[in-house]
Amino acid sequence: MEWIAENKIPVGKWMANFVDFLTDYFFWFFDYITIVLEGFTTAVAESLLWFPDWIIIAAVTAFATWLHRSWKLGLFTALSLLFIVNLGYWEETIYTVTLVICATFVSMLFGVPLGVVAAHKPKFWLFLRPVLDMMQTIPTFVYLIPALIFFGLGMVPGLIATVIFAIPAPIRLTYLGISSVPTPLVEAAESFGATKKQLLFKVEIPHAFPTIMAGLTQCIMLSLSMVVIASMVGADGLGIPVLRALNTVNIAKGFEAGLAIVIVAILMDRICKRPAHKGGE
Amino acid sequence: MSEDKKTSVSFRNVDIMFGEKAEQSEALKLLDAGGTRKSILDETGCVLGTADASIDIKEGEICVLMGLSGSGKSTLLRAVNGLNKVSRGSILVQDGDRQVDIASCDKDTLRHMRTERVAMVFQQFGLLPWRTVEENVGLGLELAGMSVVEREKIVLEKLELVGLAQWKDKYAHELSGGMQQRVGLARAFATDADILLMDEPFSALDPLIRNQLQDFLLGLQKDLNKTIIFVSHDLDEALKLGNHIAIMEEGRIVQYGEPEDIVLNPANAYVAEFVAHMNPLNVLQGASFMTPLNELDKEGDKYIANFKTSLFFSVDGAGSALDAQIYDDAQSLAIKPISTEEDVAGLNDDCIVVAPSDMKMRWMIEIRHRTSNPILLSDGEKIVGLVGDDEIYAGILRQTSLGQEEAA
Repeated sequence: MEWIAENKIPVGKWMANFVDFLTDYFFWFFDYITIVLEGFTTAVAESLLWFPDWIIIAAVTAFATWLHRSWKLGLFTALSLLFIVNLGYWEETIYTVTLVICATFVSMLFGVPLGVVAAHKPKFWLFLRPVLDMMQTIPTFVYLIPALIFFGLGMVPGLIATVIFAIPAPIRLTYLGISSVPTPLVEAAESFGATKKQLLFKVEIPHAFPTIMAGLTQCIMLSLSMVVIASMVGADGLGIPVLRALNTVNIAKGFEAGLAIVIVAILMDRICKRPAHKGGE
Repeated sequence: MSEDKKTSVSFRNVDIMFGEKAEQSEALKLLDAGGTRKSILDETGCVLGTADASIDIKEGEICVLMGLSGSGKSTLLRAVNGLNKVSRGSILVQDGDRQVDIASCDKDTLRHMRTERVAMVFQQFGLLPWRTVEENVGLGLELAGMSVVEREKIVLEKLELVGLAQWKDKYAHELSGGMQQRVGLARAFATDADILLMDEPFSALDPLIRNQLQDFLLGLQKDLNKTIIFVSHDLDEALKLGNHIAIMEEGRIVQYGEPEDIVLNPANAYVAEFVAHMNPLNVLQGASFMTPLNELDKEGDKYIANFKTSLFFSVDGAGSALDAQIYDDAQSLAIKPISTEEDVAGLNDDCIVVAPSDMKMRWMIEIRHRTSNPILLSDGEKIVGLVGDDEIYAGILRQTSLGQEEAA
């Protein structure tokens, strides 16, 4: 046993070397991603912050009321957002929402096509599934370190870490939705001469749409749960005051910032929940 | 049915084998060596779908593929539009002046055949639940690349044809099963394909609706004159709809012929078993169970129509009915020739009916019931035979006894 302990396999070292290798030879690639994502998140955050808070509150309230045909939800939305303004966390909330929106956007952008491919290529799914499991089980902090090295401090490493954590949801649910399309529907379309593309856009995706939307909702909630962790690598948002409160043992501040996160979470969940739909089963 | 009609779909020695490509050739070799479905499955893991299926289906006729589940009837049907791949043999489908072999044609040709030439109706309807009735009916046209505006007119026309125009904005699942299948029919009609594949389209419906839809289809077929290949496991349905019936067992066509042919001369015990359970009333033609004229007892130059009531009749030199009278009172009965089933309703007592020899049993019984007299059967003007109580009973009984004998 001693021998085993003395002759340590340097897996950690290997990984570190690999990361070094990537930073040495692919820095241009990571720089490129950083610039794009940085620009993207900044644009979203700046444009949201450009509007006075009351306009955003009015817009979100109107949207929620319209989407769910419920004045109760509208009232709840307005009151919650006003409460956040009252707590003094408006700007942080906007950054958090930006992170969630961007992470969800990127996750859906890559997750849905990956799910579609996985549903059509069983071998690819066989390879993808353990990867997804790994992405969701590896503690976030572990890949936060290389993310920091590749992408520097700020929104981008936070975004990347969030995407890694959240993207399995849309992939899995898209896969589920597409692969559960009943054969008779596929055959009906085929018998009328549907091409592969038509089959995808006229049968498979419409049929999987509710499931893909469930993937979107899950993705949003998963992204939100990464807010505090993302703030550790310098992503702006509600995670920052939470971290500060932790470092200074400031119960009041911690509670208020935490409350704001909870409110954002509840609001997003309520608004994203699928409204009563027409047709379909 | 005239013989000069063009062949619309032609199956030529079609073998369909399900399984890995690598094992298929091995399985086909086994099949050629006389392997059964089970031995092929055990040795190669391939499932035999159909073996050596060859039939020609003429334009405008309804051909019913019939058999128990697993007999390969759906498999054969689905090969016509390429949903099942043909392992060996060919399926020639008429396309304008050329014939396309579905088994070997390229992707674009297959797509052309599917969008323009062959349409399909499914057992479970296969309607897209997130689409309205109108959008479902337009599916084929949409896939063929037709614009919304062009589609609308055609879709509405087809919906009117099936009587569902006012339901066009409903979702498929809001309709009853029978209505859903009419949507399925409209969808198949919409592409104006001449060939219609129907895979047990009415099996999922209750008997009453099934019967209605069968009549509905027959009514439509009179005007549309499509080539229909229809899969059914119900002989009554097959006999009612089919111009020709192919009976399948274990992937092979064991008998192919006209409905009466199947009923009167079942090729083997399997077919006889089906026949035993069918309803002969709508199938058997008078000629098949009558007593021919030359076998009737004679009294002088008069034929005995009914010994008990002392009913006699005589024919003239050309063979048409001349006179019919009850022996005792020497009074002539009226002789009424009828030509179609519609005439039966107007009949009453005290006449002798001369009916065409291809009239179905059900109408013979109806005539017998209305007139209380036997029926003379004619072929053109000529009297060919007679149907009385004995013939009717024997006709029904022979049906069942035949089935039992053969099945035993």
